[in-house]
Amino acid sequence: MIYHIVIYMDAIKINKLTMKFGDLIAVNNISFNVKQGEIFGFLGPNGAGKTTTLSILSTLLKPTSGEALVNGFNVNKQMDDVRSSIGMVFQDMTLDDELTAYENMDMHGRFYGVAKEDRKTRIAKLLKLVDLDQRKDSLVKTFSGGMKRRLEIARGLLHEPKILFLDEPTLGLDPQTRNKLWEYIEKLNKDTGLTIILTTHYMEEADKLSDRIAIIDKGTIIALDTPDNLKKSLGGDIITVETVHGEKFEKLLKKYSWCKSVKLHDNSLAIHVKDASKSVGEVIKLADKNNIVIDSANIHKPSLEDVFLHFTGKTIREQEADSKDIMRSRLKMRGRR
Amino acid sequence: MKSSGTYTLWLRSIKRYSRSKSRIIGSLAQPLFFFLALGFGLGSAFSAQGGFDYLAFIAPGIIAMSVLFTSVFSGIQVLWDKQFGFLKETLIAPVSRYSIMLGQTLGGATTALIQGLFMMIIIFIFGKLTLGFGILIALGFMILISLAFTSLGIAISSRMEDMQGFQLIMNFLIMPVFFLSGALFPITSLPSWLKTVVYINPLTYGVEGMRYGLTGVSSINPLVSLAVLGGFCLAMIFLGGYLFKRMKV
Repeated sequence: MIYHIVIYMDAIKINKLTMKFGDLIAVNNISFNVKQGEIFGFLGPNGAGKTTTLSILSTLLKPTSGEALVNGFNVNKQMDDVRSSIGMVFQDMTLDDELTAYENMDMHGRFYGVAKEDRKTRIAKLLKLVDLDQRKDSLVKTFSGGMKRRLEIARGLLHEPKILFLDEPTLGLDPQTRNKLWEYIEKLNKDTGLTIILTTHYMEEADKLSDRIAIIDKGTIIALDTPDNLKKSLGGDIITVETVHGEKFEKLLKKYSWCKSVKLHDNSLAIHVKDASKSVGEVIKLADKNNIVIDSANIHKPSLEDVFLHFTGKTIREQEADSKDIMRSRLKMRGRR
Repeated sequence: MKSSGTYTLWLRSIKRYSRSKSRIIGSLAQPLFFFLALGFGLGSAFSAQGGFDYLAFIAPGIIAMSVLFTSVFSGIQVLWDKQFGFLKETLIAPVSRYSIMLGQTLGGATTALIQGLFMMIIIFIFGKLTLGFGILIALGFMILISLAFTSLGIAISSRMEDMQGFQLIMNFLIMPVFFLSGALFPITSLPSWLKTVVYINPLTYGVEGMRYGLTGVSSINPLVSLAVLGGFCLAMIFLGGYLFKRMKV
């Protein structure tokens, strides 16, 4: 019976999920829950295991071990129930571009057993929602990237899912289209209470949209909380210093107690302090005394970028460069999609 | 729910087919070219020697050719869907993979059959076809050919990862299957090694069956043709279903 209470409260319940591709562990024993009605952000570099996790949750991949409940349905056993209750927008386009927008929607409705009359009214409503009602009879191949993405979102909602998965929804879109899409996503969540799970490697996107964020790196969840709490968990301020003497300065700074932590990447030092207004003088003084040239310095409250840096010791971009090789071998093993 | 997946994909095939006028004409061009070049070229040589109507002889083979090529091509469509992502949309829908595979097969086979009918009409216009009950027999064999080779195309594309192997398959599978059937020459007086190859080729039975229907004569008993081609067709549908089911995306 306890199970039922849990099902009611959580849209998704993941328990010790692991996915291996040969020797590579893409998802390493992760557990977390997603609440009903929240926008849940899955933040991490490319190759961190976000898409793999989404593929498992949407029944495209069978996990090596562990289990997950989606809307109360087991992804290993109740595949059709899971599929009917979720909407999915993949990273790569999955539209038939030889068909019109309307036909793509209609076909989706048929797949999900939506009755003919419902199909008609819902398609009209959804195409309006994403501003594509004027283009409903145009072939999809004439659409721009942003229009295609919007159409895919509309299509994913046609069978009235309880959860919508968005895998890198704004990847490859220009900033304007991205902003517009963010508005759609927020509106959708607010107006309908739809649970939305999105993966992204854009800090800004995760920060702006998500009620809660799970930061994933190398298949492991390293932090999970609201964006504010994640940033607060670091506390204090970050002083970022650009200098060519990074290594020397790093060593020096570590000796002082007011310096909570210091991380070097490239020529940039992120110095984590309790109160920048007090410490910034110390930093400058220390540099001066040791003949360290500071090119520039700035003070800011910890951002998600800093949170990521704090937990992984790397910026998300550096991490991506690292995981490219891993990705490549994984793609090979998976047989290139 | 299951049948709706099959029907939906069938409908999609028909929609896409009806929209691609250039493809319809393009894939009629090659068989027509064969028909005219070989038919009139070799035909005149044969008729000079003794009244053998070569055009009428290859007519069933040429129709089979257009069915064969369109079928395999339609089956390979799955590879396009894989490449351009649409396949994911179908695989994530609450329908079984078998119903998806069946929908793709029926859709592809239908378009192949329509291409075959177009070819039939063209040959009829050339006066090398007589209308009669036999056309229904030929139609039956065309249905089997189209189902079998669409399934084979799906089986192949379930295993293939990208389009690079496509040309290879056309050259080393489909061309031999066509040329080493009885489509272009009588199979009774072949050297024994070639005869063996021709008799192993499942398309031979399709062509012979159609020839029986359209001309009333064939080198292989039509019932034997029906049994062999029917068996091959079933085997290919099962193979296609099996490989499609196991396909990784």
